[in-house]
Amino acid sequence: MATNDDFIVRFENVQKSYDGESLVVKDLNLNVDRGEFLTMLGPSGSGKTTCLMMLAGFEPATHGEIYLNDRPINNVPPHKRGIGMVFQNYALFPHMTVAENLAFPLEVRGMSKADTEAKVTRALEMVRLGPFGGRRPAQLSGGQQQRVAVARALVFDPDLVLMDEPLGALDKNLREEMQYEIKHIHETVGVSVVYVTHDQSEALTMSNRVAVFDDGIIQQLAPPEELYERPVNAFVAYFIGENNRLYGTVKEVKGESSVVEIDGGGGMIESLAVNTGGVGSRTTLSLRPERVVVSPTAGSMQNVVSGKVEELIYLGDHIRTRMTVSGNNEFIVKVPNAQGHATLKVGEEVQLGWTTEDCRALDAPAGAA
Amino acid sequence: MSDAVAGKDGDFSIADGQNLKQRLRKATSRARWQAVFMVAPLGVFVLLTFILPIAQMLFRSVDDPVVSDALPQTVVALESWTDRSELPEEAVYAALAADLKFLRAGGADGEGKSLIGRLATRLNFDTSGVRSTITKTARKVKKIEAPFKEAFIKADKKWGQPDIWASIDRLGGAVNSTQFLAALDLRQDVNGDIVSQPEVRQIYVTLWLRTLWISLLVTVICVALAYPVSYLLATLPLRISNLLIICVLLPFWTSLLVRTTSWIVVLGQNGVLLEALHLIGLVGEGADRPQLIYNMTGTIVAMTHILLPFMVLPLYSVMKGISPSYMRAARSLGANPTLAFVRVYLPQTVPGLGAGCILVFILAIGYYITPALVGGQDGQLISNFIAYHMQRSLNWGLAAALGTMLLAGVMALYWLYDKIVGINNMKLG
Repeated sequence: MATNDDFIVRFENVQKSYDGESLVVKDLNLNVDRGEFLTMLGPSGSGKTTCLMMLAGFEPATHGEIYLNDRPINNVPPHKRGIGMVFQNYALFPHMTVAENLAFPLEVRGMSKADTEAKVTRALEMVRLGPFGGRRPAQLSGGQQQRVAVARALVFDPDLVLMDEPLGALDKNLREEMQYEIKHIHETVGVSVVYVTHDQSEALTMSNRVAVFDDGIIQQLAPPEELYERPVNAFVAYFIGENNRLYGTVKEVKGESSVVEIDGGGGMIESLAVNTGGVGSRTTLSLRPERVVVSPTAGSMQNVVSGKVEELIYLGDHIRTRMTVSGNNEFIVKVPNAQGHATLKVGEEVQLGWTTEDCRALDAPAGAA
Repeated sequence: MSDAVAGKDGDFSIADGQNLKQRLRKATSRARWQAVFMVAPLGVFVLLTFILPIAQMLFRSVDDPVVSDALPQTVVALESWTDRSELPEEAVYAALAADLKFLRAGGADGEGKSLIGRLATRLNFDTSGVRSTITKTARKVKKIEAPFKEAFIKADKKWGQPDIWASIDRLGGAVNSTQFLAALDLRQDVNGDIVSQPEVRQIYVTLWLRTLWISLLVTVICVALAYPVSYLLATLPLRISNLLIICVLLPFWTSLLVRTTSWIVVLGQNGVLLEALHLIGLVGEGADRPQLIYNMTGTIVAMTHILLPFMVLPLYSVMKGISPSYMRAARSLGANPTLAFVRVYLPQTVPGLGAGCILVFILAIGYYITPALVGGQDGQLISNFIAYHMQRSLNWGLAAALGTMLLAGVMALYWLYDKIVGINNMKLG
């Protein structure tokens, strides 16, 4: 049993409202392990940034308590929390050089000049910007500014670093490069990181655990693989990775699995009962596009339905195929571009198969009876 | 590989026998001429109505041809006058008699008599009380015969003192610096040494210092008032801040005269403010009341009010561009609110602060209408005296000298600002 000492941050029943009418964060309970890289992932307005701002001390919690190193911090002002933070637009001070930016947190802590210099040099080397200390932030590229921002948040050796969509302003290639760089820095330094993003690939690449936010509530908190392989509800399945959805009604429950009759006359589908009610309740079947097999050999798959090819998109390593299955014309199948793969034509009717384990029966779509 | 590239480049840089620079110039010359033609009307307008009159006015501060035009022979003869404790020689008196007779007879262009009047006025500005000496002597000059020295001294005692001669000698050069000395309460004595004006005639140094002091004070008060207001404007939601910006700009749409005179209503002896204070028992009646207008206080209050928008607008526009995340970053890095403000926020507002200060200070140093209306005696600034010399005393040379010094002072400040803050670092809005 983990004690409270093992957690660097604990949110206990935290609520936040800006207008006194609606809650942006509803009853948040979250523990962050020491040394962990935890990502808060969610669409905009889901409450993830608000959580980060409450943790940093820029927004007061309306209710509940936040603990840092097992110490309540609701009444501790931001500058006394000792949390490093990387901002979306970097917030590097434009009137100071890179080295002065890095020295700032050390100077305000009253560190001696020699120590400051040594630490600044070390921090610059960590982010591979040794020769750039004398430059102004405006003279650096976006990626370099980003690295300075990370170095500045780490230079005073905080236990915890918060990052608020730090890669949002970078182009795709640079973003991927920086993802690895931040991940490596986290591994070498051993600091705990709470990272906020709306980019699921960023979350999956970097994190130890991901908290998926929606509507002010953590929908699922799990390591990346589990999040992708075993989403617990329709929102997580939809938000993480690509996902085919089929709606239906539970007809029979057989231990771990349930038999669902899908809408549109597609027949009975045997699926893993993850988050459904009893017989007769509505459900969403979630199925990853890469787990669907075209023209399966007879008897190898529990579920076989027929689909009509609507569109083929050539993507090199696979062919993205849009099909109509049981009246749903948004059904995506990824056909691998492997040797001897099936060659499909638009308008063709083919058999599609998948296993019970890959098809997860989740909660009913919102608003459906 | 690099050789091949260089060779290729060399081939392209010459075409039709012209190198790249020549071709570029040819290609852009049309656009350049278009630009010149579009700016030309404004350029001519500014030259004719602004630059030339100002240059001419500034030249007046040193251009002083009256004495050399009126008394050419006397000025030449005075060159031999070296011992300033003695009176000039007989030849100088003779030359003066010849000059005056020539002027009485009509002078070179028939305007001799009016030239005598201007001569008298000019010399009177330099050595007070000599106007009548000149006019009286000129009237009697026909009767003046050799020996001239005695005759002149008999006509007017002042010809027997070196002062008037030193004055003629000093102003004899068509270009001289007398007006600049006068603008600093200085003069040349009989021996040509620079000395202070007699105490009763010293006004300009006090005036310069007062002008600088009031301008500085108004600038400082404007900073103190405008900084929090601008900060508020920059941080409030746009809907509210737009409304408040209109309130700041509203005075701009009201006539300067109306705004100044409304201060008379507010600050007067029986004005709104003092009556209100009287009602709550803070001030008494009549003579017990503090004088708030027609003195330096009135000038400072009214000028601050009028110049405040010039400070708010540059500050606001700079603060608007400072993301709140800078302050948050500073806080998260461990700086308390005061330190974060001083180290992070304040330095970023320097461009707006500098622009506002230089704008307000330069406007204040040349302010005229407001001090004229509400300044009374001790609220008058240098501009009021420039206007006085332009309109009343008609001593345009002195007005020009004061104006030139004011302009030079502003230029010097501008230069200093450029050295310290950098003009490129200024943001006006």
